[in-house]
Amino acid sequence: MIEIKDLRYHYQGGPEILKSISFRLEEGRFLAILGNNGAGKSTMLKCFNKIIFPDSGSVVMDGEEILNLSAKEVAKRIAFVAQTVPNNQITVHDMVMLGRRPYMRWGFTQEDHKIVHEVMESLHLLHMRGRFLNELSGGERQKVMLARALAQQPKILLLDEPTSSLDLKNQYQVLQAVKDICGNGQITAMVVIHDLNLALRFCDRFLLLQNGEVCRYGKQEVLDRKAIWEVYGVHGEVLDIQGRKIVMVD
Amino acid sequence: MNSGRSRSDRNSWDPAYRKKQIRSILFLGILSLVLVLSVILSLWAGSYDTPFGDLMRGIFNKAQDNKINVVVRNVRLPRICTAVVSGAGLGVTGCILQSILYNPLASASTLGVSQGAGFGAAFAIIALGAGTAVSGSVMIPLCAFAGSMAVALVILALSKFRQVSSESIVLAGVAISAMFTGATTLLQYFADEVELAALVFWTFGDLGSASWGQIGFMAAVSLIGCIYFILHRWDFNALLSGTETAVSLGINVKRVTMINMIVCCFIAAVIVSYIGLINFIGLVAPHIVRRVVGNNHVYLIPGSILAGSSLLLLGDLFARTVISPVILPIGAITSFLGAPLFLYLLFKGRTRE
Repeated sequence: MIEIKDLRYHYQGGPEILKSISFRLEEGRFLAILGNNGAGKSTMLKCFNKIIFPDSGSVVMDGEEILNLSAKEVAKRIAFVAQTVPNNQITVHDMVMLGRRPYMRWGFTQEDHKIVHEVMESLHLLHMRGRFLNELSGGERQKVMLARALAQQPKILLLDEPTSSLDLKNQYQVLQAVKDICGNGQITAMVVIHDLNLALRFCDRFLLLQNGEVCRYGKQEVLDRKAIWEVYGVHGEVLDIQGRKIVMVD
Repeated sequence: MNSGRSRSDRNSWDPAYRKKQIRSILFLGILSLVLVLSVILSLWAGSYDTPFGDLMRGIFNKAQDNKINVVVRNVRLPRICTAVVSGAGLGVTGCILQSILYNPLASASTLGVSQGAGFGAAFAIIALGAGTAVSGSVMIPLCAFAGSMAVALVILALSKFRQVSSESIVLAGVAISAMFTGATTLLQYFADEVELAALVFWTFGDLGSASWGQIGFMAAVSLIGCIYFILHRWDFNALLSGTETAVSLGINVKRVTMINMIVCCFIAAVIVSYIGLINFIGLVAPHIVRRVVGNNHVYLIPGSILAGSSLLLLGDLFARTVISPVILPIGAITSFLGAPLFLYLLFKGRTRE
């Protein structure tokens, strides 16, 4: 269980980006964070693991205040997949190994290698572990970054627009992988995402952000015609086709 | 790190990973071999003819011809040690600066640390008259060190208090080096011929004038720096994936950048203040190694150390032997040979970015 209370943030000399964000999320959920550009989605996500330090508020996970923990301790609990994917001459294996960095003292242990192996196996990356990151496609790289985050063995996984540069197949593969992990109940995931249909397809909780405030929060039902108009300023309809919700913009 | 057997078991899943690992380790081995060979070659090459056996005995002061003892122990060995130590220091600082500033162009000479040293030396020689005085051997390195640390502090202050980005730091370094070069030129304008000659000679770079004490000091500083860098090798790998990812991996990016900048600037300042302006080693050495082993700092840091040493030693060998007995200025040689090498690396096989 993660509980966010009264989170506020403003950039130096700028207006308040986050105005009192509060919500709670149970374990094993997959939360979609939706909203317009500039609504504060990414900023909010980055406040959760102290990439950005909020002005005030609290992030409590299992009774523990995250904001008071050291960066290393936060990294053991919360993993983050950034929007931009690195494109370096570093092997897939070494990049995933980086996820064990918060646990490392002088060098990596057998245990670290074992965890990295299991993560790569679960995401079907083993066959490409020797390739350099800059030899892979965007989708493969994104999967490597997901594996790196999972190697941190986090309780919470934060993803900042992980599918924005991926083709259809890779979008589905990456989100399905996250959904499967959440399905085991071990990890809670939060994803900033623009594609409402992808969000409806994979996520089970929805948080609509507008001008730095939580506009709606809850299950699929919160995403209705009125909410779409309020948040995005477009007329849209949520249709039920063969048991699946689909957003159609007029 | 872990036992050999289980590692080889794991590697058997993917030959490509094992191949890259072996290639990296092999390359480090080759670099070590090149270094050892260039040490032996440097020991042997010179205007005083020495048989190989006597040469080896000379190191331990055991050669029958006492002249060989003197040549080896007082001339060639200090020179070789200076080249190895300062090459290693310049190579590794280049490697680290490039990764913490996210800029392949970063090195002590592109950030202005060398130019600051140049100004310091000019100040000592021209304003303090240290070029001809006996105190020159102390004053010049001291002022050079102060000059380079002044540049380093300006850059550090910019990054600390103005929160400028790493790109801006590199640009600021370019501006600061221009400023110090200009200031040095101004000082030169008011200098007499003797002072001018002393300064020009200093800026050529000289591997032959460091005393054993100075070599020891350079070695100690570089060694401590290298150990620090190697212990934090995975921090540099994390920085490669971007600031946000690095922070999310539990790295205090600002602190890591700051500490490493300080360590790098200090090593570079110590080295250039003793041996003069030597460019391109810090820039080229990491790029050569990166070509083969990639960006993994587990291999990149030791590789840069070895490559820096070998490059400076080979440059010095070239400088000493090409028109022997005249010794060409090492600073000019590293730039003259380093620049084409850099261009070659830049344009060779650049098919994908």
